[in-house]
Amino acid sequence: MPDTSPSRVLIVDDEPGIVTAIEFLMQQHGFVTETAYHGADALTKIGPFDPQLVILDVSMPRMDGFEVALEIRKQPHFQDISIVFLTARGTESDKLKGYGSGADRYMTKPFDNHELVRIVQDMLERW
Amino acid sequence: MNIWIILVAGLGYLGLLFGIAYWSERRGQMGKSVVNNPYVYALSLAVYCTAWTFYGSVGRACTAGVSFLAIYLGPTLMAPLWYIILRKLIVIARSQHISSIADFISSRYGKSTFLGGLVSLIAIVAIIPYISLQLKAISFSLDILRAGPVLLASGAPWTDTALYVTIILAIFTILFGTRHLNPAERHEGLVAAVAFESIVKLIAFLSVGIFVTWGIYQGPGDLFGQAAAIPELAKLFTMEEAALSPWSWCWLILVSMLAILTLPRQFHVAVIENTDVRHLTKAIWLFPLYMLLINLFVLPIAIGGDMVFSGQGFDGDTFVLKLPLAYGREWLALLVFIGGLSASTSMVIVSTIALSIMASNNLVVPLLLWSPVRNPLGGQDISRYLLLIRRVIIGMILMLAYWYFATIGAGTPLVSIGLISFTGVSQFAPAMLGGLFWREGTRTGALAGLLAGCIVWAFMLPFPSLIEAGRFPAEILTTGLGGISWLNPHAFLGVKGMDPISHAAFWSLLINTGLYVSVSLMTRHDAIGHAQAQLFVNIYRYVSGTRDARSSYGKASMQDIRILLHRFLGRDRADELVTMFFRGKPVQPETLTEAPPELIAYAEKLLGGAVGSASAYLLVSSVVKDTPLSVGEVIDVLSETQQILSYSRALEQQSAELEQASAKLHLANERLREMDRTKDDFIATVTHELRTPITSIRSLVSIMHDNPALPEDKRQEFLGIALRESERISRLINQVLDLEKMESGHARWNMTELDMVALIQTSLEGFQEICTQRGIQLHVTLPARVRPFTGDRDRLIQVMVNLMSNAIKFCHETRGEIHVSLEEAGHQLLIRVQDNGVGIEPEFQPYIFDKFTQFNDYRTGRATGSGLGLSITWRIVRVHKGDIRVSSEPGQGAVFEVRLPLSAGAVQPMATPSYNRVKT
Repeated sequence: MPDTSPSRVLIVDDEPGIVTAIEFLMQQHGFVTETAYHGADALTKIGPFDPQLVILDVSMPRMDGFEVALEIRKQPHFQDISIVFLTARGTESDKLKGYGSGADRYMTKPFDNHELVRIVQDMLERW
Repeated sequence: MNIWIILVAGLGYLGLLFGIAYWSERRGQMGKSVVNNPYVYALSLAVYCTAWTFYGSVGRACTAGVSFLAIYLGPTLMAPLWYIILRKLIVIARSQHISSIADFISSRYGKSTFLGGLVSLIAIVAIIPYISLQLKAISFSLDILRAGPVLLASGAPWTDTALYVTIILAIFTILFGTRHLNPAERHEGLVAAVAFESIVKLIAFLSVGIFVTWGIYQGPGDLFGQAAAIPELAKLFTMEEAALSPWSWCWLILVSMLAILTLPRQFHVAVIENTDVRHLTKAIWLFPLYMLLINLFVLPIAIGGDMVFSGQGFDGDTFVLKLPLAYGREWLALLVFIGGLSASTSMVIVSTIALSIMASNNLVVPLLLWSPVRNPLGGQDISRYLLLIRRVIIGMILMLAYWYFATIGAGTPLVSIGLISFTGVSQFAPAMLGGLFWREGTRTGALAGLLAGCIVWAFMLPFPSLIEAGRFPAEILTTGLGGISWLNPHAFLGVKGMDPISHAAFWSLLINTGLYVSVSLMTRHDAIGHAQAQLFVNIYRYVSGTRDARSSYGKASMQDIRILLHRFLGRDRADELVTMFFRGKPVQPETLTEAPPELIAYAEKLLGGAVGSASAYLLVSSVVKDTPLSVGEVIDVLSETQQILSYSRALEQQSAELEQASAKLHLANERLREMDRTKDDFIATVTHELRTPITSIRSLVSIMHDNPALPEDKRQEFLGIALRESERISRLINQVLDLEKMESGHARWNMTELDMVALIQTSLEGFQEICTQRGIQLHVTLPARVRPFTGDRDRLIQVMVNLMSNAIKFCHETRGEIHVSLEEAGHQLLIRVQDNGVGIEPEFQPYIFDKFTQFNDYRTGRATGSGLGLSITWRIVRVHKGDIRVSSEPGQGAVFEVRLPLSAGAVQPMATPSYNRVKT
């Protein structure tokens, strides 16, 4: 049964400027957002917020995005969450590591606003 | 006492233990583990205290006073070191799926099958007498309790109590340890039962102690008072008269320190069964506390027993039981019997399980795999055979222990059998400890040390006990082996005057360690030995990843990996584990024909849990393609020993040639490569650092472009961020250029004579206002004048500005305080900048002056700044021949100290053209 309430997107990045931009973009396109500034923050917020999609940075202090993704995938009830990596690290091995840790998409910074919105919408359509 | 009461109590107790084990396993399966708890962990470690402690300590105290304490002082001294040693062992065992100490040593030294087999064999030889000691304790306590026939009736074996005890224990051990095959070798039920037994034996022993001290006598004062009047007893509780020389104390303590790490049962409960490495922090004080409690009443019982049974010639080993019986306290005696039973059974069960894991994984399975008979186990499910093998081994070990008891051990006191075993297993310590902390320790070194140590041990301890049992001529002990006087088991090389245990421990450990170190230094690792050494010694660096010695996995089909797992883990379990592996992964196993490399690594680890890491390595190698072994029936291929040998020889040769070539290449290009790498890293990091602000700016500007009707406050906010981020970019570029200029030597240095007091005052001017705004108290302590210093004024101001900016940024949020001081100390100027903020984590401090190392702000978890400021500061100070250091503890603020030399040599020409010249 399709859920008619707006989709929830969790934005995880340690750069406030980037978080501000993505938050605006997501809200502008009708999504409900929550923000986290580092890995541990993301893992505490993901439970209560229960997002359908997570936009995740990789280079963050203490716990990087790969670890966050692995932690999320460990939980059986988070299996269906879509994870989009959005990072300045764009080498092939980074990408492989990203997909290996359970990502659904891997985008590099700087990103195109329209492309990000389109990808998020595409991924959320299956909900 | 009625034999039926004793039997019902004993068997009932064993049944209760099994119930506890079963219940805790069920709880564990429901996710409510009772074992995952530091108290249970610490109690399970108390499996160290066996019948030897329970009955033997009193016996020892009767003849040798406080010297019974030595083997408890060793582990107590070792306990704080657990945090360094045991923690590392646990982390390695967890990540490498180690199943026993034999597996650990084999895996560390290049997954050597031979080494693993050797360690298993030694462990079995060393521990069997120790197990027989427990059988002896159980049967003799039974005999005393029922006041029945003397130990070991002369008639047929089936009239012997000990035989029945052995059979019952074998059944229980099989029930506890081999109900199913578990890749992690964890037995929650076993741990719960052992912890429970530790409580029971402690309560039983304390009860007797309290009964003797307050029941028979009127408290400790009365007891010791009466004993002090008897000279032979008085000397038992003083150190001067202790029967051990200081030298013997040292060796007993050392041997027991090593044994607490290397005894197979201790390794099993402490490392293999550990559920959470954090439990160690509590076990470090709980375990010594347990030993203190269980030793508390040893002397009172020994002295009390001596006085009560004065002149009757009873063995001190029996006092714990006989005292309650002599005063008609039958129920207390029964409790003591149960306590002794706890102490013995826990040791027997855990030891036998640990030995059976070793024997099956490191002796039997490798033998089957290498056996010349093709396909010894056919195509069947081997997991069932593995359990059968374990059960047979358990039965064999216990029957051997019984045989030893019946033929050799019956006449020897409890304590000395135990010490022989302790010295035997402590031979593993050099290879184990060296393997943990010394990367250069090689397989050949470990092998040489172990072999020599064990031969010496066997010659000096078990061999003389065989002589005493009449198996060899007695004159060997006086004239030496074969009449060669220096080959005397108790006075090797003519060194006399040590007790046999210290003598054997001294020589065996000396020769063992000496050979391990010297042979290791003379030999080199092969490829896999090198990789494993690197991995074990630096485990914390790899532990988050899944790195393994197999640096690159070849290709293997899903089908082959599945067949392998089915064979060794059973079909259902294997399928379950493979499904678990693919959970959450974008691909599913059904769609794959080729196994992904991670799955191959995972399969090797799972197999390692079932058959030991060395065998698992061989098994997986056989199904991985691009080895000369064709993929076919796995076991068939493996038994073709010749092929594997020639392959590995060729590989070794290849890698040796490769190593030589790359060493040359390395030398030739070292400088070039180093420069290149630094540059590459630098460019990659700068690019990354630039991308971040550009991302914000691009996205925000694009939002404003797409939304002309954006509210004014939003627009202002976005513009503000974009502005700040573009300032960040220009700051970064400036700093990069600055640093690059300094590093390449193109920077210009205007060296002039400077008044540093005035320079610091100037530098601080701009900060007064910022500090006032942020409520930071700035304390400046400057002398009236210092000797002039020759340096670059602008650069030195930059140093002060950088240090001050950092101090302000990381100062305490509400009660900020910064102290700046300058003093002349000898031929140096010392500048200190101190804040009271979050501080810097110790592991972070060595890197703080590296490029792009960023402070971690505890408040937000975020890094701020470009990560170049301190790097530039360091450069400037170095160009002035000075030194900059940081000291800090997290939460206590940080102190930066800059030392600038005032000596005449520091006076530079007016414009030093290049940084390189200054550096020389």
